[in-house]
Amino acid sequence: METGSIEIELELLMQAIYLKYSYDFRNYAGASLKRRVLHAQQEMGCSSISALQAKVVHDPNAFTALLQFLTVPTTEMFRDPAYFLALREQVIPFLKTYPSLKIWVAGCSTGEELYSMAILLHEEGLLERSIIYATDINPKSLELARKGIFALERVRSYGANYRAAGGTGSLTDYYTAAYEGALFNRELCENITFADHSLATDSVFAETHLVCCRNVMIYFNRELQERALGLFYESLCRRGFLGLGSKETIEFSPYANRFEALVRAQRIYRKI
Amino acid sequence: MNSSQKNRSQPIEAIVIGASAGGVQALLRLLQILPTGFHLPVIAVLHLPKAQESHLAEVFRLHVKMPVSQVQDKQRIAPGQIYFAPPDYHLSVERDRSFSLSCEEPVHYSRPAIDILLSSAADAYGPALAAMLLTGASHDGAEGLAYVKAAGGLTFVQDPAEAESATMPQAAIDRCQPDNVLNLQGLQAALLAMENH
Repeated sequence: METGSIEIELELLMQAIYLKYSYDFRNYAGASLKRRVLHAQQEMGCSSISALQAKVVHDPNAFTALLQFLTVPTTEMFRDPAYFLALREQVIPFLKTYPSLKIWVAGCSTGEELYSMAILLHEEGLLERSIIYATDINPKSLELARKGIFALERVRSYGANYRAAGGTGSLTDYYTAAYEGALFNRELCENITFADHSLATDSVFAETHLVCCRNVMIYFNRELQERALGLFYESLCRRGFLGLGSKETIEFSPYANRFEALVRAQRIYRKI
Repeated sequence: MNSSQKNRSQPIEAIVIGASAGGVQALLRLLQILPTGFHLPVIAVLHLPKAQESHLAEVFRLHVKMPVSQVQDKQRIAPGQIYFAPPDYHLSVERDRSFSLSCEEPVHYSRPAIDILLSSAADAYGPALAAMLLTGASHDGAEGLAYVKAAGGLTFVQDPAEAESATMPQAAIDRCQPDNVLNLQGLQAALLAMENH
């Protein structure tokens, strides 16, 4: 297909954002990015993507607003319970052999999966000797994750996921309900380091035993996915673990032969 | 009514299909006709309750001759395959003709949404795309079909009189005057004709 004017405008917008704010969306998967930009354009009252570009380049607040549209915050606690069950049954026994643990939750968004991970580690007696790095490119999402307050109605619906994921207590043990919110226990966060980190532009910052990056790379094209996998490979210790989203795979990347599938159905891999 | 297809010089390179209520039976009937070795890719979004959706590929594999699979993120589109969107993900076609998945908000209460598959596939294939909308109680798909038509693709809607649920095909007819409104038998014939082009 020839390049349409919308595609040209999109490419220019991403280039402008990169030059002005150093956020690199240039290698994001095009179809979803186009939908989100068009949605933002409409919501932000701009007549075209070019008009949106002008606004964003001249006004950092407009960029912050646009960023909320460009990142997809869809997440839930213990999403895909079978994945968390597999972590508990097949990865945790290996992790227990280390005196101290470093875990990277990459693209943690508003933190639902992060708190799920902290609860899992707590129940397995590993939380106290773990450091969890929670990273995202969206400062607003990170702030919400740091606060650990989720809508009570939604948290109540996570109980079934928690049980299916092999939870040994009750999810209500971990939060205090107030008004419409569920505030998760601060002890869960004691060893969590929140940081602004981009899989598109930043490099590795620590050696880790487990990297979880679920439904983040679906928004990347193959080139950027490869970069992210390279960071994970570099960060992971020898025989370290990598957990991806349930429809993601490393099979189509050059890293396919540098990991082995530990639990293929749940997309849990191990560095070779 | 099939005139627009006969007069086209543009060969079809991919087929996208959307269906909702009553869609399993309709899609089974439609795809059963396709022979082993049918060389076009067929990409489908079928709305179903979450628990059943995950078994779609398995069910269809038992009843159709072409290979059937559920899409994985970044997979390249291969000829001669039937692809289903995985449950709870939107399915898009990228301009390099690979698949991408996304967890964006549901569209018309649906994830996967037919609108998203159809419009992204139209961006990737333009006039080389054929899109079919079958039975359904939703309004999903009408906008996507209009987008396919605007990009020069070939559009088909199941005759609402035959459809188990007429809402979805009728919404598309009202929205964009599709090239062809046919019963399932007619749609089968159209599919077979696309390959012989």
